[in-house]
Amino acid sequence: MSELNHKVPVAAELLAQGKSFDVLFWVGCAGSFDDRAKSVTRSFVKILNHLNISYAVLGTEESCTGDPAKRAGNEFLFQMQAMTNIQVLNGYGVKRIVTTCPHCFNTLKNEYPSLGGNYELMHHSTFLQELIDTGKLKMKESGSFKGQKITYHDSCYLGRANGIYEAPRKVLEILDSDLVEMKRCKTKGLCCGAGGGQMFKEPEKGTKDINVERTEEAIATGATVIAAACPFCMTMLTDGVKNKEKESTIKVYDLAELIAKNEGL
Amino acid sequence: MHIVPQLIFAVLLAVAGYFIFRSISRIRFNILLGKDYQPSASIPARWANMTLTALGQKKMFKKPLPAVLHLFVYLGFLIVNVEMLEIALDGLLGTHRLFAAPLGSFYTFIINVFEFFAVAVILACAIFLVRRNMVHVKRFSGKEMTQWPTLDANLILVMEIVLMLAFLTMNASDQLLQGQNDHYIATGNFAFSGLLMPLFAGFSATSLLILERSAWWIHIIGVMFFANYVFYNSKHLHIFFAFLNTYYARLIPQGEIDNMASVTKEVQLMLGMTPTDNTPVDPAAPMRFGAKDVQDLTWKNLMDAYSCTECGRCTEQCPANITGKLLSPRKIMMDTRDRLEEVGANIRQHGKDHQDEKSLFNYISDEELLACTTCNACVEACPVQINPVEIIVQMRRYRVMEESKAPGSWNAMFSNIENNQAPWKLSPSDRFNWSDNL
Repeated sequence: MSELNHKVPVAAELLAQGKSFDVLFWVGCAGSFDDRAKSVTRSFVKILNHLNISYAVLGTEESCTGDPAKRAGNEFLFQMQAMTNIQVLNGYGVKRIVTTCPHCFNTLKNEYPSLGGNYELMHHSTFLQELIDTGKLKMKESGSFKGQKITYHDSCYLGRANGIYEAPRKVLEILDSDLVEMKRCKTKGLCCGAGGGQMFKEPEKGTKDINVERTEEAIATGATVIAAACPFCMTMLTDGVKNKEKESTIKVYDLAELIAKNEGL
Repeated sequence: MHIVPQLIFAVLLAVAGYFIFRSISRIRFNILLGKDYQPSASIPARWANMTLTALGQKKMFKKPLPAVLHLFVYLGFLIVNVEMLEIALDGLLGTHRLFAAPLGSFYTFIINVFEFFAVAVILACAIFLVRRNMVHVKRFSGKEMTQWPTLDANLILVMEIVLMLAFLTMNASDQLLQGQNDHYIATGNFAFSGLLMPLFAGFSATSLLILERSAWWIHIIGVMFFANYVFYNSKHLHIFFAFLNTYYARLIPQGEIDNMASVTKEVQLMLGMTPTDNTPVDPAAPMRFGAKDVQDLTWKNLMDAYSCTECGRCTEQCPANITGKLLSPRKIMMDTRDRLEEVGANIRQHGKDHQDEKSLFNYISDEELLACTTCNACVEACPVQINPVEIIVQMRRYRVMEESKAPGSWNAMFSNIENNQAPWKLSPSDRFNWSDNL
C-alpha cells in the first residue's frame, strides 16, 4: 500500500485552496496526545485515505469538547470550550462529524445543539459499519484475526448513553473471528472506570479497581483480543491486562486498528 | 341499631380519606419545592413510555423470576381492588354483596378471578419474604438498608398477605353461611376460598357470622390502613409514582447532561456574544450554581426520590459499588427523600426562609459523589426511570462552581483544558503531531 496518500487534510488548508470536504474527523484529546490512542487515530486515517473519503481534521485548531469538565461539575469551563469549538466548526461550515471517541461523540451530538452547534454525528463504529454495508470496505478472505476469539467491551457513552450496541459488533463480524460476549454486555455492560472525570483522578477507596474487575471478566471469556471503541476504555483495559500480567497473550485493540491490521494498512 | 356499622364505616372511610389527602398534599408540597423542569418529549411519546414502562413493566423483565412474581402482585393489586367498590358500597349502604344478584353467574366468575389473584399474591409475597429474609439476595442489603427500610419492605409483604387471607376467609365463611342465613345471598361456588371451607365447617352459625364479619372488617380496615401507610412515608409509593415518574421522564439519550442556561448567558457575555436568552436577570433573586440542597434540584429529581422502592437494581449494577466504593445510587435517592421530608417539615413549621444549618451534603458525602463514573448503569437498571446521576452532577457542580472544592487532580485537569485546550499538560501546538511520519 505504498502508493497510499498519507497526507492528512486539514480544514484550514483545504479552505485556503478553495476545496471542501464531506466529513470532519474529530480526533479528540486522547487521539491527539495519548500514545495508544494516537495509534487508533492513525489507523482510522489510514482507512479513510485508503477508501478515498473526502474528510478533514481541524489539526491544532481542535480543542477539548469540555466533556470531562462538565461531568466533574465545571459547567463554565464546558460551555466556554463548547462555544469556542462551535465557532470554529460553524466557521468551516461543518455538517457531518466522525469521531473515534465516544465521549466527544456524546458531547458533540447531544450537548452542543442547544448551544448552537448542530451537526450530524457519527462514531467511527457506525461509520465503519456503513462503509461495510455499502460495500466500500471489503474484508480479505483470510484476515489476520480469522477464527480468533474476540470479546467486545461496550463503552458506556456509546452503549447506554446513545444506544449503539450493534454497529461495533457488526464491524467485528467482518473479521470472521469468533466473537464472544462477556457476562455483562450491551445494556448491562460494566464501565471501564474512566467516565465522569474518573480518567483524571485517582479512584476513591474501595476493594478493587473497576478496570481490574472488568478485565477479569474479559479474560474469563478466553478471548485473545479485547476490542474497544473508546480511548479511555483502551487505557483502562490495557492497564487491567498489565495488572493481570497477561499482556503477552491478550491484546487490547480498537475497532479501527483491527480493521486496518486486517487490511494490511 | 342497623345503621351503626354503616356510620362506623362512613366515619372510617372519611378519616382514612382525610389522612391520605393530607399525606398527598404534603408530598405534593415537597415535590414542588424543586426547580422548574420541562420534559422535552411530546405528550404521545410520554404516554407511550408510561404505558410500556409502568403499565407494561418493561424493565422489570430484565430479571424474569422477580418480574413474574411482581406481575402477580401488581395484577392482584389492580384486580382485587375492583372488589373494593362493592365492599365500600356494601359498607355505606348496609347491603351485602350488592352486585351478586344483578351480575348473576358473571359475579361468580369474577370473584373466582379475584380469588385466583389473591392466592397468587399470597404465594408471591411469601416467596418475596423468603428472598428478603432467608435467601439474602445481595441487593436487598447495603449500608442504606438500615432498620426502617428493611422493616418497611417486610411490613408491606406481611400486610398484603394478611389482606388477601382476610379476603379469602371472608368468602369461605360467606359460602358456609349461604342457605343458613337469608342475609347471605347465593353466589355460586368460589374455587379458592372453597378450599378453606372444611376448616370452618364445624363452626356454629353465630361463630361463622362473627368470622365472616371479622374478616370483612379486617379486610376493609386493613385496606384503609395500608393505603394510609403507603402514602404516609413508605417505599411502596411506587405503585402510584411509577406512572407519574415515567410520564414525566426525560426521553433523551441517557448520555446527555443538561446545559445550564444561567451559565450559557454568562459565557456568551464573556465571549462577547449576544446572549440568546435576553430575559433580564432579577438581581434580587439568589443565584446558585448546582445543588446544595433539595430545593436546588428539579421537581423531577424530587419526584424520582419518592418513586424509589429501594429495590437496589441500580446499586447492583453500579461499577463503583461493585468494587467496594462508598457510592450507592439507591442511597442517593433515599437520602434525597429523607432530606426533602426534613426540609418540607421545616418549611411548613417555620416558614419558607427557615434554615436548619444542614444541607443535602449532610446526607451525601463528597466521597460518594466523586466515585460516580456517570456510566448510567443505574439509570438503565431502574424499572421506573429514576436518574441518580443528575443529582450527583448537580451536587458536583455546587462543589466546583460555588465552592471551588474539587480534588487537586480535577483542578489540574480544569486548568489544563483552560490553558492547553486538553485535559493534560501538553502543548496545544503538539496536537497535530500524531500525523507525523504517517
